[in-house]
Amino acid sequence: MNWLTNFIRPKIRSLVEHQKDVPENLWTKCPACEGMLFQRDLTENLNVCSHCGHHMKIGVTDRLALLFDGGRYETLSVPKVPHDPLKFKDRKKYADRLKEARAKTGREDAIIVGKGTIGGAPVVIAAFDFAFMGGSMGTAVGEGVVTAAESAVKEGAALIVVPASGGARMQEGALSLMQMPRTIVAVEMVKAARLPYIVLLTDPTTGGVSASFAMIGDIHIAEPGCMIGFAGKRVIQETIREELPEGFQTAEYCRDHGMIDIVAHRKQLHETLARILGLLFDKKKTTEKVTPASGASVQNGRSKNGNGKGASSATKARAQKNVRMKARVRKAKMTIKSAANDPASAAPKPRKSSTKR
Amino acid sequence: MNKLDFEKPVLELEAKIAELRKIGNGVDIAGEITRMESKADRLRKQIYSRLTPQQKVLVARHADRPRFCDYVQHMIEDFTPLAGDRNFAEDHALPGGLGRFRGRSCVILGQEKGSDTASRVKHNFGMARPEGYRKAQRLMRMAEHFSLPVVTLVDTAGAYPGVGAEERGQAEAIAKSIETCLQIKTPLVSVVIGEGGSGGAIAIAAADRVFMLEHAIYSVISPEGCASILWRSGAHAEEAAAAQKLTAQDLYALGIIDRIIAEPSGGAHRDKKATIKNVATQIERALDELSRQDGGALLQKRHQKFLNMGRAA
Ligand SMILES: [Zn+2]
Repeated sequence: MNWLTNFIRPKIRSLVEHQKDVPENLWTKCPACEGMLFQRDLTENLNVCSHCGHHMKIGVTDRLALLFDGGRYETLSVPKVPHDPLKFKDRKKYADRLKEARAKTGREDAIIVGKGTIGGAPVVIAAFDFAFMGGSMGTAVGEGVVTAAESAVKEGAALIVVPASGGARMQEGALSLMQMPRTIVAVEMVKAARLPYIVLLTDPTTGGVSASFAMIGDIHIAEPGCMIGFAGKRVIQETIREELPEGFQTAEYCRDHGMIDIVAHRKQLHETLARILGLLFDKKKTTEKVTPASGASVQNGRSKNGNGKGASSATKARAQKNVRMKARVRKAKMTIKSAANDPASAAPKPRKSSTKR
Repeated sequence: MNKLDFEKPVLELEAKIAELRKIGNGVDIAGEITRMESKADRLRKQIYSRLTPQQKVLVARHADRPRFCDYVQHMIEDFTPLAGDRNFAEDHALPGGLGRFRGRSCVILGQEKGSDTASRVKHNFGMARPEGYRKAQRLMRMAEHFSLPVVTLVDTAGAYPGVGAEERGQAEAIAKSIETCLQIKTPLVSVVIGEGGSGGAIAIAAADRVFMLEHAIYSVISPEGCASILWRSGAHAEEAAAAQKLTAQDLYALGIIDRIIAEPSGGAHRDKKATIKNVATQIERALDELSRQDGGALLQKRHQKFLNMGRAA
């Protein structure tokens, strides 16, 4: 690895000069297949290994950009909560750990709330920042989920929560435990308003986070290979003193055991969410027929719309949308080496009608 | 009898008293015995009024502490255990059923740790599997269906960490159990009678009123687990117990629980009946008050209570 790094570094330095922090190691070794990945390719590929498809962690703002239409969203401010309510100290003061995490991430705590659209549908997303104390859930994170839920209800938007968390924040004691019922109350508000509540489980979703809001979604989507479970592997092993089954507590394992609806590649997330939200928000799309991907059918669909009364503006908007979507797909394609099994290329045309709610 | 180190002075005194009694029953000895007994009482009170968090952990886990089954036996008439989650299995770690509490029909459920080796194994040491939490959901829904109040007794080290439990959705079962607590429109009263261990405890304790026995504990992770993660060594459990603020007194101060129920001098394990009576009295008061309220209002207040947990005052 070293010879490669040293050999390559001078050549590419110019390419990455625009980046503030040039990564020390410009080549990353995939933890799953040990394949070498050029950092810039990896970033363009949304932190997914181009050799084996292993999904590495992705920054929380990149995550939001990836999910919202056009990568655009408005960040909502989360009310502040009392810090360090227990004056907790282990080997280090919790107050100091908080300071460090804030300096490191530039964030107040381990959650960020954004508002925007997905496939044209109004959505509020609360996403966890794993880089902030392992995405652990304390009162501030609870406040973030509550803020997101309240905003979703106010706006008539869907709520999507994206956990990336080892569980409760121990340094807040039972107050962090209380964030379990608290976040569930928040979700209840969204459910009472009959708005969609979708959980996008990412690596990891465990402990008090998996055992609260993350497991009561209308729909559960997970990224491939991510760890999902309640108890930690070590604790289980110490209890049962047996080998754990292969693939234990992975997204696929949880799907096969009935806990996850869909395991979707990072590149499929936007399309998948857009389609689901379209189906849930736009229940009576009778004026437009869904256009299948094959050329002949597309033409049929177009002519039909063209003949329909008052369909011109809708068609125009849809065409614009198609252009945007095609650009998206093109961009995605560029970043994938193996376009052959690229699901985006086989995806149907966007189904969302132009009529917004 | 299970002995705790810090109880030693009292236990030694009690042993001496017992010895004196054996020796004879002269008047002089009787006076001495009385003196020694009152001294033992004072000592016991003194010790139990100054328990450290770690000592409370030991008292909360005391093998002779009254268990779910003791409470049912002493405060519930016509108890009718109901079994099974209707999906997979019956979970003996979390028994429950219909019964009559001080005249009123109710649903009662909670973790049972067992009181001897055989029953501990049968009840899986009070560590419920998903089936236990799904049965809890079923019983709570049934309570709502028949407009019955629900009483839950919390006493668990935590939900069971096993392969099968994970495969069958331990996280989902706990999450849905909390959700059910937050959906039923009938009064819900929870008492932490011993150990309130993490998600496995809150699963049945998102209640209108949450009480704790004086020496019970309630925490997001066991002191041992907390120490092994944050101090990187289980040997720091005592520090972790103190740092976590897991005593009834701490949790009351933090506004997480609504009331502390007194234990007899020397702890619940010294006098089961008196302990259970204290608990029953507080449950009855709470149910009297809660059952006067409309179901919708009750639910709204329950939501608001948990929505405020950790919020700026
Ligand atoms: Zn790889």
